[in-house]
Amino acid sequence: MKLPASRKHAIGAGILAIGLLAAIPPVAFAEDAATVRLSIKDHRFQPAEARAPAGKPITIEIHNFDPTPAEFESRTLRVEKVVAGGGTITVQVRPLGAGRYRFFDDYHEDTTEGFLTVQ
Amino acid sequence: MLGALIIVFREVIEAGIIVGIMLAVTKGVPGRGRWIATGVGAGIAGASLLAVFADQISNALAGIGQELFNAAILFVAVIMLAWHNIWMARHGRQLAAQMKEVGDAVAKGSRSLAAVAIVVAVAVLREGSEIALFLYGLVIAGDSSALGLVAGGLIGLLLGCGVTVLTFLGLVKIPGRYLFGVTTFLITFLAAGLAAQCVVFLQQAGIATALEDTVWDTSAILSDRSLIGRMLHTLIGYTDQPSGMQLLVYALTLIMIFGLTKAFGPPPPTKQPAVIG
Repeated sequence: MKLPASRKHAIGAGILAIGLLAAIPPVAFAEDAATVRLSIKDHRFQPAEARAPAGKPITIEIHNFDPTPAEFESRTLRVEKVVAGGGTITVQVRPLGAGRYRFFDDYHEDTTEGFLTVQ
Repeated sequence: MLGALIIVFREVIEAGIIVGIMLAVTKGVPGRGRWIATGVGAGIAGASLLAVFADQISNALAGIGQELFNAAILFVAVIMLAWHNIWMARHGRQLAAQMKEVGDAVAKGSRSLAAVAIVVAVAVLREGSEIALFLYGLVIAGDSSALGLVAGGLIGLLLGCGVTVLTFLGLVKIPGRYLFGVTTFLITFLAAGLAAQCVVFLQQAGIATALEDTVWDTSAILSDRSLIGRMLHTLIGYTDQPSGMQLLVYALTLIMIFGLTKAFGPPPPTKQPAVIG
C-alpha cells in the first residue's frame, strides 16, 4: 500500500510531536517536593485523609493493591491517571495553597474517595 | 448496572461528539465512511492494547509514560484538526460546491480524510482505553453482578453511538453554505480544548510547571463532570478549574488556527455572489 502524501505528513507530524516532547528536559522537582503515599485496597483509599505542606510541589504515589484497575483523579489537584491492578503510579502536583482537596477513583467514585489536606 | 452505564456513557460522549463532527465535516467527500471506520477501528484496537499494557506504559519514561503518551496523541490531534481546517479553507469550498472532476475530488478529499481518520482514532483511543480498562476490571473482579455491569457498559456504549448520530444529524441540518463555516469554527474550538487538555498531562508529569495555579473555579456553577459540562468540555474545552497555562495555550491555539485558516483561505469574493447556495 502506498502512503498518500497526507499520511506521510501526518506521520511526520506525529513523530515531530513526540520528538518535541522528548526534547523537553524533565524538570528537577524532586529535591523540593513533598511526597504523599496512598494505597487503594478493596476500592478504598488508605489513608483517605492525607496531609501535605502548602507551597511545595507534591509527588503523590499511589499503589493499587486491588487486582482491578483504578483511575486516580482529582479536579482540584488537576490530575487523572490510570493505576493498573497491582500497579503503582506517581503524579506531580503543583504547589498548593492551604485547603482540602478531594480525589477519587473515577471507576468507583461512590466508594473510593479521599482528601488531601494542605496546610 | 446503571453505574456502569453512566461511567461508560460519560467516557464515550467525547469520542461520540468528535466522530459526529468529523462525519458532518466530511459530508459529501467520497470514501469518508471507509476512512472514519478505519479511524474508529484503529482507535478501538489501540485502546485495547493500551488497556493491556496500562501498567507498562505508566511506568515507562521514568513513570510519566502515561502522561507523555496522552499529551503526544492530543498534540497530534490538535495538529491534524488545524491542518484539516487550513486545508478545507483552501480546497473545501470547491469541493463542497461542485465536484467537476470526480477523480480529482477523491484525491483531494482523501488527503484531508487521513487527518480526519487520525483525529477519530485519537478520540476513540483516549476514551476507549478507559472503557476497556473499566470493563476489564469488572470482568476480573468476577463478582456475580459482573454480567449486569458489562451489559450496562455496553448500553452506555450504544448511547455514545447515539451521541454521534445526534451530533451528525444536528450538524447536517445546517444548510450547506453555512455548514462549512460552522464546522471550521467547531473544529478550531475543539482543537483549542484538546490543546488545553494536553497541558494538563504535561503539568501532571511535572514538565510544564509555569502558570499552574487555578485561575477560576466555576465547578459550583457548572461542573465539567456534569453531562452539559462534559459536552462543553469537548466542544469548546470548558474546564471548571483551568490553570493559567491552560488558558494561555487555549488562546494561542485559537489564534493560531483562526489566523492560519484565514491566511490560507481563498481571497474574499469580489464578484457577484454565486447563484446556487
